[in-house]
Amino acid sequence: MGLLLFDVVLCALLLTLAGAAMLSRQLVHAVTLFIAFGVMMALAWARLQAPDLALAEAAIGAGLTGALCFTALARYAGDAGYPKPKLWLPLVFVAAVSALLLYSVFQIPAQPTTELSERVAEHLAVSGVSHPVTAVLLNFRAWDTLLELLVLLLALLGARQVPSQLPLHAGWSLSVSWSRLLSPMLLLLSAYLLWRGAAAPGGAFQAGALLASGLVILRLNQQLAWLSWQNFAVRTLVLAGLIAFVMAGLASLLLPGQLVWLSWPVALAGGIILLVETFATLAIALTLALLVVGEPEQEPADA
Amino acid sequence: MSILQLCSWLLLALGVVFFLAGSLGLLRFADSFSRLHAVTKADTLGLGLVVIGLSLQSHWREACLMLLIWLVVMGSGAVSCQLLARFSHEQQANPVEPADPGQED
Amino acid sequence: MTLVLLLLLFSMLLGLWRVIKGPTLLDRLLTIQLFGSSGVAILLVLSKLLALPALLDVALLIAILAAAAPAALVQRLGKSRADTRSLGKTP
Repeated sequence: MGLLLFDVVLCALLLTLAGAAMLSRQLVHAVTLFIAFGVMMALAWARLQAPDLALAEAAIGAGLTGALCFTALARYAGDAGYPKPKLWLPLVFVAAVSALLLYSVFQIPAQPTTELSERVAEHLAVSGVSHPVTAVLLNFRAWDTLLELLVLLLALLGARQVPSQLPLHAGWSLSVSWSRLLSPMLLLLSAYLLWRGAAAPGGAFQAGALLASGLVILRLNQQLAWLSWQNFAVRTLVLAGLIAFVMAGLASLLLPGQLVWLSWPVALAGGIILLVETFATLAIALTLALLVVGEPEQEPADA
Repeated sequence: MSILQLCSWLLLALGVVFFLAGSLGLLRFADSFSRLHAVTKADTLGLGLVVIGLSLQSHWREACLMLLIWLVVMGSGAVSCQLLARFSHEQQANPVEPADPGQED
Repeated sequence: MTLVLLLLLFSMLLGLWRVIKGPTLLDRLLTIQLFGSSGVAILLVLSKLLALPALLDVALLIAILAAAAPAALVQRLGKSRADTRSLGKTP
C-alpha cells in the first residue's frame, strides 16, 4: 500500500518534471529541469529493482547530461546567427516515434512471463560470468552490444562535424581542488563497477559513464590537458572498444569447434568478457567525454 | 523492540523531519540566499541522521559505505552550494542574463 | 520504513514548486541539490527495504557527481571572472 503510493507519487513527479522541461520558455530552465528528471529516473529504476539501469542513469543523468547541456547552451548562445529551428519536422518525428512506442507497449504481454529469464538462468553456467545482465549483454546478445558501441562512435563523429571552440576559463580554486580530491575515488569506483560487472550490477557501460563524468569534471577544471581529439592516443582508445570486440570475435572463430560469430568458448569466456569490457569502458568513457569537452586548441589541418 | 532499534527509528524520524524542514525552508524563505541556507541544513544533518539510523540496523560494511556516502554528500553539497552562490552573486553584481536564446517566444 | 520513504519523497514534492517556478536560476539549481541529497537518502532506505545492496553504489555515484552540474555551469556560463590567485595558472 505504502509502496504503491510511493510509486504513484514518483510517476507523477517524473511526468511533471518532463512536461515542465518541455514547456519551459528558457533553455537554461529546461536544462535544470532535465537534470532533476535524471535524478528521479535513477530513483525509478532503483524502485523497479534494476540497479544496473539505476547506475547508468545516475552516471549519465546526474553527471554527464548537465555538463553536456550547459556546454551545448554556451555554444548556442555564442552563435548569434543560429537559425531558429523549424518546429514541424521534429514534431512529425516525435509523433512517429511515439506511435511506434505506443504500438510496442501493446505488444508487451499483460502477464509478465519468466520464460526468458529462465532460459538465461539455464545457460548462465556457460556464459563465463555469474550476473545474468552481463551474461546477456556480453555473451548471449554480444552482437547488440557491439552495435551499440558503433552507435556511440557515430554520435561522436557526428558531433565532431560541428566546428566550435569554447575557451576554458581558469577554474575557481574550490572547484579545482574538489575535482582533484574526487578523481582517485572516481577512478576506484569505476574500476570497481567494471570488476563487479561479472558477478553483480555494474559493467562496462556504467563504469565508462562514470569515468566519463570524472574526465569531464577534471577537464572543465583545467586538468588533463591531453584530453583532446587531436591526441592520437585518445583517438586510438576511442576505437579500442570496437577493435577489441571484433578481434575477440575473430580470434574465437579461429578456435576449433567455434562456428558462430561472437560466441565465446566456455573455458575462456570469463577472460574474454573482462578484456572486451575493459577496452569498452575506456572507449565509452573517452567517447562520452569528448562529446562534452576535448575541443582542440585550433582546428586540425585535415578537418 | 530493542533499545538499538528504538534509537534507529528515532534517528530516522529526526532525519526525515530535517529533510521536510529543508524543503519547507526552500518554499517559504524570502530570498534565494536564505533558501540556500535551508537546503544545506537538510543536506548535512538530515542525511546524516538517516545514515546513522540505518547503520544501527545494518551490517558494519554497509554502515561504512553509508558513512562514506554521507561524507561525500557533505563535501559535494558544500562545494556546489558555494559555486552556485558565487555564480549567482556575480550575475547579480554584473547583471548579464545567462544564455537563454529561447526567451522571445 | 515505507513511511520514511514516503515522507522523503514528499519533501521532494515540496521542492517541485521551486524547480518549476524559480524565480531565479539559483533557486532551481538549489532544488536540484536538495533532490540529489533526498534521492541519496531514498536510495539508502530503498536498499534496506528491497534488500538490494547494489543501490548503495547508485547512491555513492549520485553523491560523487552532485557537484558536476554546478561545476559545468560555472565553467561554461560563468563570465570568466575566475579567481586567478588559485594555483597561479592562466588559461
